[in-house]
Amino acid sequence: MLSFIIRRTLLAIPVLVGIVVVVFFLIRAIPGDPCTAMLGERATIAACERFNAANGLNEPIWVQLTIYMRNVFTFNLGESIRFSRPVNQILIERLPLTTELAGSALLIAISGGVPLGILAARKHNTMVDAGTMAFANIGVSMPVFWLGLMLAYIFAVLLKGTPLALPPSGRLTAGVFSIPYFEVWSWNLVEGTFWAKLNEYISNHYIFNTFITGQWDVWWDAVRHMILPAITLATIPLAIIARITRSSLLEVMNKDYIRTARAKGASEKRVVGRHALRNSLLPVVTIIGLQLGLLLGGAVLTETVFGLAGIGRALFDAITGRDYAIVQGFTVVVALGYVMVNLLVDISYGYLDPRIRVK
Amino acid sequence: MLSRRKIAEQLETAAADSSMLLERPISQWRLTIRRFRGRKSGMIGLTIVSLLILMAVFAPLLAPFPPNEVLIGKVDVGPREKPCVHLLGCDKSQPQHILGTDGNVRDEFSRIIFGARVSLTLGLFTVTIALLVGSTLGAVAGYAGGWFDNIIMRIMDVVLGFPSLLLAIAIVAVLGPGLQNALIAIAIVSIPAYARVMRAQVLAIKETDFVAASIALGSSARQILIRRVVPNALTPLVVLATLGVATAILEAAGLSFLGLGAQPPTAEWGSMLASERNNVFTSPHLVFFPGIAIMITVLGFNLMGDGLRDALDPALNK
Repeated sequence: MLSFIIRRTLLAIPVLVGIVVVVFFLIRAIPGDPCTAMLGERATIAACERFNAANGLNEPIWVQLTIYMRNVFTFNLGESIRFSRPVNQILIERLPLTTELAGSALLIAISGGVPLGILAARKHNTMVDAGTMAFANIGVSMPVFWLGLMLAYIFAVLLKGTPLALPPSGRLTAGVFSIPYFEVWSWNLVEGTFWAKLNEYISNHYIFNTFITGQWDVWWDAVRHMILPAITLATIPLAIIARITRSSLLEVMNKDYIRTARAKGASEKRVVGRHALRNSLLPVVTIIGLQLGLLLGGAVLTETVFGLAGIGRALFDAITGRDYAIVQGFTVVVALGYVMVNLLVDISYGYLDPRIRVK
Repeated sequence: MLSRRKIAEQLETAAADSSMLLERPISQWRLTIRRFRGRKSGMIGLTIVSLLILMAVFAPLLAPFPPNEVLIGKVDVGPREKPCVHLLGCDKSQPQHILGTDGNVRDEFSRIIFGARVSLTLGLFTVTIALLVGSTLGAVAGYAGGWFDNIIMRIMDVVLGFPSLLLAIAIVAVLGPGLQNALIAIAIVSIPAYARVMRAQVLAIKETDFVAASIALGSSARQILIRRVVPNALTPLVVLATLGVATAILEAAGLSFLGLGAQPPTAEWGSMLASERNNVFTSPHLVFFPGIAIMITVLGFNLMGDGLRDALDPALNK
């Protein structure tokens, strides 16, 4: 098992390096330079000269690439041209939102999709099956941003004044703050150290932070703000997971060993739960891994609709605003997450189906 | 446990099949069509898609107004009017706008009808480009093998390493916003899927006896690839392409929503929705209807693709 994990990890490295290089060149291929994008009217030749020198844009392209690669591997993602702040700091502030959003969405998608799929497969060829699959088909066909706007309309306008009303934008109600756990517990953190940054990053997961420190009012506020975006983002993955679970379970239910289990007199619950389900999970796990890319793409749209300052929206702004450092830095992080999740998926294959380990 | 009626039915179909065989052999395609017809969801999808194509072709006849005509001063109507259908009890003195008017006093219904042209063309073009490029790359890579295969497939891995919408955004940023560039971006993003499927197919077919026979007969590699391998590898690509149209339309709508795809005043569903999104709380119909149009179109292609897959996959037709 260990050699299988190591082999998989090594295979991921060239893909990661490839992504870093592609992003580097892609962002430089975008017409318009950072100087004009930043200084606008004031972008005279002399001003641009100074600007480029200050931001290291005068070096030959391969020197820039080498510096960039070296920085990436030492986890220094440079400074945003637009905000004049380190990209690391911007990540610390914005990544937690997207992680929480994508995490809750994935949780909803799995805990909704798998049971729905099982239900449809157990009631194969009945109205329940047809209804579930119709729901799933509509689910995968919906534009994410449209669903978001419609949910916002329903829960913020139509249901206004009822207990079901939910806020359509933002992360917390204005005036509500999540106090970081290290302040609540009065830890002594030295400003600027890695340890302090790490704690700041963790505490920016508001739902988590308020939960462990018992700030229940703030926690409930954060959760309420998260419901609509999370449901919006979860719908498509949920539908896809439901479909795959159903078809995979149906296929397994026809296998000889299921008949054997039945012949032994095992209860239906045991047949499905112990014999069929685990063997039908492999394609489901694959699909869950693949959903991450979809979630990140969807996060751009969801964050736009719900006015959330996460990395999806930030990345979009940076691409259109030619902020090289942010685009490069964020893409590296996104790609790293993507590759790591796929790695986890590969490893869980080895766990679910021991035959794969040997190959 | 099979009921007696089911057994009878099975015998019946078996008998029908064998009598059919006595008459004349059924071609693969006739068989597929017959199977496809038996799938309810596939037929629903086909119906939706056919209706949409008709709607796009006959748009000028169906739409009461030209899509970009501003109705100020021509008809007594204001911006963002609620839908008004005379049959449903809307006051006869009001001008009829089935889906209301948009922020620039244009007939929303006409714009939605013309929007079908944009979305369908876009979907079909993207998939054609991706299919041609992707399957060529995949076929050559799979057939040639070795270093060429390795390089091509690693490049495909890198492209697949990006979330597709983010990569499409980056490509549009390089090329500049616009419908045509959005089309190219989505095509590039979807190439790896076709390349991978084609390669897998070619790898399997390469080992078959009929390819060995062709080699023995002295056919050139190119001949074998084009005349023997590719025609036999197309089946899963047809399914992928149908589902690909759905994805392409959805992604294009996403790009338009972000302002990177179709530009105003083009009547495109994604950008129609985007331009009215700040008014969703006051005029929800202007967000609702374009979204429904996108959803129905995507649903149609998805259902059709599923139906085709079921019809073409012999394993499911036992």
